This record gives sequence, structure tokens and C-alpha cells, in this order.
Amino acid sequence: MYSVEVEMILARVIGNVVATQKNHRYDNARVMLCQQITPEGDETSYSTLALDSVDAGVGDTVLIVQEGWSASTAATGQAGAAIDSAIVGVVDRIDLL
Amino acid sequence: MQLARVIGTVVATVKNDSLHGRKLLVVQTLDRNLESIGKPMVAVDAVGAGVGELVFWCRGKEASFPFKREDTPTDCTIIGIVDSEQHVQR
Repeated sequence: MYSVEVEMILARVIGNVVATQKNHRYDNARVMLCQQITPEGDETSYSTLALDSVDAGVGDTVLIVQEGWSASTAATGQAGAAIDSAIVGVVDRIDLL
Repeated sequence: MQLARVIGTVVATVKNDSLHGRKLLVVQTLDRNLESIGKPMVAVDAVGAGVGELVFWCRGKEASFPFKREDTPTDCTIIGIVDSEQHVQR
């Protein structure tokens, strides 16, 4: 579903999207297609687009922030862009109890 | 942001002053396989999208940022047109 998820999520990068015509604040940004995963690594039904700020690649497990100010600052270096989610980290490993 | 298909237009003569001149489109959100997910909704266009095109939209307060941000009442704005279905690589 695309219900509003306001927390940081774990996700796997599954692809990217090419758009020539887009908001000018997206220039030079990479729009990645990401599938949310559980801490155990299973895919959930939620997928989202996110701007890449850390050079993540397809297959990487990443941390996505889904809040405008943070996402815009991370992805473009400035707040105030029409961006609601950004990849802010590549996850090396997750340790669970 | 989510992928979506533009499936229609909305005509509203009486609307908030800040929305004058803005194009309202009906979008159907798509999942990673470009299949419909959830219900269609209305989005304000910021990039010149048209019916049938594959686009992506932004939600929340950020949706008003492409416009005069303090007073454009939108929580869903189309901010990019995907070049083609082949340009969603996965």
C-alpha cells in the first residue's frame, strides 16, 4: 500500500527510474525504486521511490528517511525541495537479539 | 514518492485562488511491477504531465514546494514524468 509511512524504514534497492522532465530540484539526483524489508530481510508489500544521497546500488539494503526536511537536505543539500523520501545510509548488517 | 499513471483530469471552476491555473489530474498509484495499488486520487501537476503518462508524485507538505509554497493547498503533486515503462529498471 502507499499509506503514509512517516518513520525511517529499511529497504532494498530494486531499481531506478529515469525521468527527463522533472522538478528542477531533482536535477543530478538519482531516483531509486526501493522495496521495504523487515529486519529479517523479508520484503513487505510497501515500495517507494527515494532520492539517493549515498551512492546506493541495486541490491543494497538501505535506510530511507521519509520526512520532507530531512529528505530534501540529505538529497540536495538544501531544505525546501519537493522530496518526501531519501536514502540516507547503506546498511552493512543488522544485529537482532 | 510513488509511481503512478495519469488516468484522467479534473475540472473545477470554483477553487482556492492559489490553485487558479493549476492542472488537476487523477492518478492511480502503481507498485514495483507497475500494477495498480490503492485507490485513484487527485494530484496537482507541476511538470506538464498528461493523461496516460507514467509519473511520480510527492506527498505531504513537500507537495506544495514547487509552487508558491506557503499558500498552495496540495498534499499530492506530480513532480516527474518517467520517460517510458522501460525506464523503470528493476
